[in-house]
Amino acid sequence: MKNGLIPLNKLSIGSCGTVKMLTQKGPARRRMLDLGLVLDTPVEALRKSPYGDPTAYRIRGAVIALRAEEASRILVETISVDD
Amino acid sequence: MGLTGRSTWVGALKEGLNPPLPPGDYVVALSGNPNTGKSTLFNRLTGLRQHTGNWPGKTVASAAGRYSFKGQNFTLVDLPGTYSLLAHSPEEEVARNFICFARPDVTVVVTDATCLERNLILVLQILEITNKVVVCVNLIDEAERKKIAVDLPALARELGVPVVGTNARAGRGLEELKTAVYRVASGLERPEPLSLCYDGDLEAAVGGLEPLIASPGGRGLSRRWVALRLLEGDPGVINSLQKYLDLGLSGPLRQALLTARARLGENPGERAATAIVKKAEAIGSRAMAPAEGRHDHWDRKIDDLVTSRLWGFPIMLALLGVIFWITIAGANYPSELLAAGFLWLEERLTDIFVAAGWEGWVYGLLIEGVYRTLTWVVSVMLPPMAIFFPLFTLLEDLGYLPRVAFNLDGLFKKARAHGKQALTMCMGFGCNAAGVISCRIIESPRERMIAILTNNFVPCNGRFPILIALSTIFLARGGGIWENLLASAAVMAAVVLGVAATLLVSRILSETVLKGLPSSFALEMPPYRKPQVGRILIRSMLDRTLFVLARAVLVAAPAGLVIWLMANLEVKGLSLVNHAAAFLQPVGELIGLDGYILLAFLLGLPANEIVIPIIIMGYLSSGSIMELESLADLQALFVANGWTWLTAVCTMLFTLNHFPCGTTLLTIRRETGSLKWTLLSFLIPTLAGFAVCFVVAQTVRLLGLAG
Repeated sequence: MKNGLIPLNKLSIGSCGTVKMLTQKGPARRRMLDLGLVLDTPVEALRKSPYGDPTAYRIRGAVIALRAEEASRILVETISVDD
Repeated sequence: MGLTGRSTWVGALKEGLNPPLPPGDYVVALSGNPNTGKSTLFNRLTGLRQHTGNWPGKTVASAAGRYSFKGQNFTLVDLPGTYSLLAHSPEEEVARNFICFARPDVTVVVTDATCLERNLILVLQILEITNKVVVCVNLIDEAERKKIAVDLPALARELGVPVVGTNARAGRGLEELKTAVYRVASGLERPEPLSLCYDGDLEAAVGGLEPLIASPGGRGLSRRWVALRLLEGDPGVINSLQKYLDLGLSGPLRQALLTARARLGENPGERAATAIVKKAEAIGSRAMAPAEGRHDHWDRKIDDLVTSRLWGFPIMLALLGVIFWITIAGANYPSELLAAGFLWLEERLTDIFVAAGWEGWVYGLLIEGVYRTLTWVVSVMLPPMAIFFPLFTLLEDLGYLPRVAFNLDGLFKKARAHGKQALTMCMGFGCNAAGVISCRIIESPRERMIAILTNNFVPCNGRFPILIALSTIFLARGGGIWENLLASAAVMAAVVLGVAATLLVSRILSETVLKGLPSSFALEMPPYRKPQVGRILIRSMLDRTLFVLARAVLVAAPAGLVIWLMANLEVKGLSLVNHAAAFLQPVGELIGLDGYILLAFLLGLPANEIVIPIIIMGYLSSGSIMELESLADLQALFVANGWTWLTAVCTMLFTLNHFPCGTTLLTIRRETGSLKWTLLSFLIPTLAGFAVCFVVAQTVRLLGLAG
């Protein structure tokens, strides 16, 4: 049911995770909080752009694209979904 | 705390509000997350025409308009969309400072019914500042279509403020909204919003600070809110507090603050932010029945296609190509019709002038100078603009632009530029001055500057018609399907080149004068929306086409006058135009142009729309008098003056890469506040243009291909 923490950019497309830790500092961290990325927020990785970066995520009902740099500073716990 | 209400007004007004608000009106602020339909609502309520589109960050400067209801006047202020009131980009600061310090009579928070939970975060932040709030749940129709049920009464109960559901596009719910605003503004209703409770430590710290904060004036903010922001310690917010509230951070307050921060440990702001997000989540879950199954099935299907590895880029190019093809194929006929009509009118006017005996210089000045330049601008510019704008607006309205940004971001990242630069670049297609203003959506000053300096590399609507006219004349002469396809391909190639130049120059700037790495970036991709076709047609016609045309005409009339004088005043047996062109000829020739073309670009500085008319005038003045009834005549004129396909290509390249127009330069000066950067924005594209044209012209000549 549960794996260790991984950075959000390693979350494979189509799977979900919950936010466990933000490692950004300063304004960038604030921005993530304002998007609703706080502890235990569920996030789903939706798609990658043609270049493989950024990746679009579903966050609290909105679709938000984040570059790998930002996503790598968001640590998530993957939720395995029943196939 | 000596600041009066008035001076705080002035402060807020200075940050981008114009014109000043009329006295006696209730002031209503429209706030909300980006892309929730604030501008549409604003237009609906005021009857004004803010440009709307389906991408976040479109409103970068506040607009104000008025409406009246029940005999009372209201001034509505459309604030830029923000996710938060505690953030950094300039437009977010405008919104925060207006709500916090200008103290509007009512703040309407516009929310997106399809994404309510996230939107509630901002609602809760605003409720901490003021109780005079009306929450507008917009896009309610879209939510219904997606089977998302919003329980408005429950939401109103939870929040403690009036909640109104609207569909601003269709005008649904507007009366209810106006009534709610009226009731809150006039004091008939005094909302009692929920109060947020934080954890014990934080509450204790806030309680300790509150008595030390002097009352922030009569229309002041709550001490609680000020205490929370002080604990958070965000420099931007604290600056604003000091600026608008004259809040001194000294003595006991400073001491207490340091102690409290030390006791709370790291990031007290984060505790508050987390509490607000959790509260929003809780309220959202109580006021909203989640949709059964996937409510955005179609959005996903479309995104799978338009952002896919395989199809993302081909679809983007194809859409662009189709737009150009429709524009070129469609503009031909009306262009010729207009030209013929104007020629007929010219003959009648000539008869009148002849009958009145004004055959000399008056006729020359007014008919050959002003009238011909004007009518050329209209007949060459109007048809392509009238077709291109609605088509582009259609894409904008659909929500396709953020997908373009998503697709292109990898490239912008490699150029060390901001991902949102793709959006500001797209705005440049309409007007580079507008594109430069839209760069405010980019938070980091370094990347904003890059976006501003490179905006001119995409052709604006003043330059598109030059590209279209030239590729039509030299590539699509027959007007058949293949010729039109070829011409579209040429224009598309020009645009792709412009994008490539944008990326290359961005990268070079990042390595040199604007060194640095990309800052953080989050791009929201809104759901697709059914475009309002009727509105698009009317609005893009009236607002963009006619606006741009009016500007061109305003510039064209005096320019026609000047160029006619230059063409007819002779010094040493040669007209001034010929002197100037002869002077510029060597330089022009070096880069594949000629003296007249270069002169036209120089004289076209006020507006690029007049470049082609000036070239025509120049050629006509040098003797080869002929009647220009169609594009074929134009081609004959150009060829008679030594044009080859190379001249056309170089002129197109120079159109793409040369100094920004006067309006854009003034805008850059205003946005950057610096003469140095403005000068650089002039030099970069100009040098690029000279370099590219030189290389192309010399290579082609060397290979002997110029024919």
